[in-house]
Amino acid sequence: MMAYLLRRLFYAVPILLGVNLLTFALFFMVNTPDDMARAHLGAKHVTADAIRQWKVERGYDKPLFFNNSEQGLGKLTDTVFYDKSVRMLVLDFGVSDDGRSIGAEIRQRAGPSLMIALPTFVVGLLVNITCALLLVFFRATWLDFWGAVACVALMSISSLFYIIAGQFFMSKLWHWFPISGFAFGVDGLRFLFLPVLIGVLYGIGSGVRWYRTLFLEEIAREYVRTARAKGLSERLVLFRHVLRNGLIPILTGVVVVIPTLFMGSLIMESFFGIPGLGSYTIDAINSQDFAVVRAMVFIGSVLYIVGLVLTDLSYVWADPRVRLQA
Amino acid sequence: MSIQPVIFPSDILLGVLLAGGLLLVWLARRHGYFLEPWLRVGQSATGMATATVLLLYLAVGVLDSLHYRPALPAENAAKTVEYSPEVMSVLDALLSPLKNGTEKTYSAPLAVHLYGKETMTRADGQQVRDYPPALYGGAQRPAIGSLLLRGLLLSLPVWLVLWGGWRLARRRRSPLRWDAALLTAGLLAWLGLSVYELAAHYHVLGTDKVGQDVLYQSMKSVRTGLLIGTLTTLVMLPFSLLMGAFAGYFKGWVDDLIQYIYTTLSSIPGVLLIAAAVLIMQSWMDQHPDWFATVAERADARLMALCFILGLTSWTSLARLIRGETMKLVELDYVAAATAFGVSHRRIILRHILPNLMHIVMISVVMDFSGLVLAEAVLSYVGVGVDPTMASWGNMINGARLEMAREPVVWWQLAAAFVFMFTLVLAANLFSDTVQTAFDPRTRQREAA
Repeated sequence: MMAYLLRRLFYAVPILLGVNLLTFALFFMVNTPDDMARAHLGAKHVTADAIRQWKVERGYDKPLFFNNSEQGLGKLTDTVFYDKSVRMLVLDFGVSDDGRSIGAEIRQRAGPSLMIALPTFVVGLLVNITCALLLVFFRATWLDFWGAVACVALMSISSLFYIIAGQFFMSKLWHWFPISGFAFGVDGLRFLFLPVLIGVLYGIGSGVRWYRTLFLEEIAREYVRTARAKGLSERLVLFRHVLRNGLIPILTGVVVVIPTLFMGSLIMESFFGIPGLGSYTIDAINSQDFAVVRAMVFIGSVLYIVGLVLTDLSYVWADPRVRLQA
Repeated sequence: MSIQPVIFPSDILLGVLLAGGLLLVWLARRHGYFLEPWLRVGQSATGMATATVLLLYLAVGVLDSLHYRPALPAENAAKTVEYSPEVMSVLDALLSPLKNGTEKTYSAPLAVHLYGKETMTRADGQQVRDYPPALYGGAQRPAIGSLLLRGLLLSLPVWLVLWGGWRLARRRRSPLRWDAALLTAGLLAWLGLSVYELAAHYHVLGTDKVGQDVLYQSMKSVRTGLLIGTLTTLVMLPFSLLMGAFAGYFKGWVDDLIQYIYTTLSSIPGVLLIAAAVLIMQSWMDQHPDWFATVAERADARLMALCFILGLTSWTSLARLIRGETMKLVELDYVAAATAFGVSHRRIILRHILPNLMHIVMISVVMDFSGLVLAEAVLSYVGVGVDPTMASWGNMINGARLEMAREPVVWWQLAAAFVFMFTLVLAANLFSDTVQTAFDPRTRQREAA
């Protein structure tokens, strides 16, 4: 198992290098630092001096890959590539355009993101699995039919409408929750209800439908017939046999998401004014802060790869037949 | 009046797409096995009804893709004809009363006055503060009820024709569910004619902040939604097909390389990769303003670029599916036989592998469509969507979402975008469900058993 883990982590290295190179190419070669400076300083009436100064302030004035004016190792390390990309591999993200440390900002903002994303994820998963089991229990009845139709209808609504409608009805009209905002501690809980509720509602359509298909596929198998034949109640069949076996495909889709919960949701956080990583990213996109976007892209892929490894580990937990070998 | 046709790059691609669709129909008529799954789609009432709705959207989108520049009224005696700088589409021409019937500001759906009160001078010189009347539709408007009745009466001949069609289908013993398609068409015609009657005198869905008709905007957005939903798949299709089939067929280092590429790409969170690429595309375009003669051209280029970016970031999942399926196919006897006969790799892939991957392609094309239409709205909200000057549902939502805080609430723009999007996406989702069951070999086996 350890050997397997080590090997997986070893595989992650070239992928992270690839992500790193790709983002570097996207941000520095397609778009030169000069362009960045011009985009930032306001396109038209900008002097060459201002551009140079902007670049010096952010360390973009160095050569991209190879610095001939330096000695020895400095030829490689005193470059944009080393400063901005190689350092990212050891999670050193540098500073954003407004001069603040990206690393510190990320540490500070991951908490609020998680406070929204984690409850949404857990509650959503429980609700979805419960609803799906319910539909499967009542399969081939009108409840199942209309449930499936409702799922497709819920799926067809843009996430923006869930948020806008939720804020309008539940906050503005009925005054159930505050419209937006965030606070730490017990007092801040009231801010969490609405985003979590909307997040769960938004996920129900596709989630329930997907789990329902999985369970229906599982229920058609021989072992289920055997379980029924030996006289088990439908409840036991569903919970002990179908649910347990349906977990494997569910885990495939679900575990990989867990680490990326840190990243938060872009639109949720910006609509509800939550100072998390999602709103950080969206602000960076709107102000064209390439350093922040680049850092978020890299962190996102690191977390995704962690998620993949976790998925494999979760198989071992869920299915005794699976053995991870190097 | 003379016109000068204008062809945008996206129009060409849409044409290619339509031609591809027609080719598919032609192929289906020639080869029975190709037609068979589509017949199964046609045998489901949902399939036929949703296909009718989708065709209506497609018609609106195609009408909006026939662009031209109308000639300006001749001012000089010389023979030269000057063309208007504004590019129009056939849809614009058809909806020109709506397009030109603008107000000063917001007005509610079917309202005869504007949203906010203004101080006006009456004819007798007295100053009053009241809602100014809406300009559109004239002073003497027929009542809404009478217009609805006229819409109903107008739809009667349509119903007769449809009924005739249904009789014909019955006599021919067509296995397809024409009843569902014709009923949907009838209802749509009734709705459409009622709206048509109303729209001649009222803003059916109200007007927006600058007084533009919301119904017109929603219809203009159809093309954007359709293009994003279809062109993206069109862009990524050859890519994922080639990559997936190569990886599955050649195995070894080719497989390793291709797997590496798509794992790397898919490990980057989708929205962020799209955002990064769009940001860069944007600043690239900003530096070359000389590339685009008009705003419309620029918006179109941006739409195309967005489709490409979405395509390049989303080809990985399909490529993975295709790789898996190809690996299964390669093990089959007929491929082994072909190899034994010395058939070249190219020929094996083209003749034996690719045709057998088509069901996966078909399913993923229709399944991706609705997700992409929804994605457009979110991307526009994030600020990396289509050009702000382009009509799109995402831009409509974006412009209207803050107006929910007003008193009384300005809800109609959101409602319009919601209804138009929801109808399209719901129809697409239901249709893709039918297509999936029809094309999926597993469900076919289950039914055969």
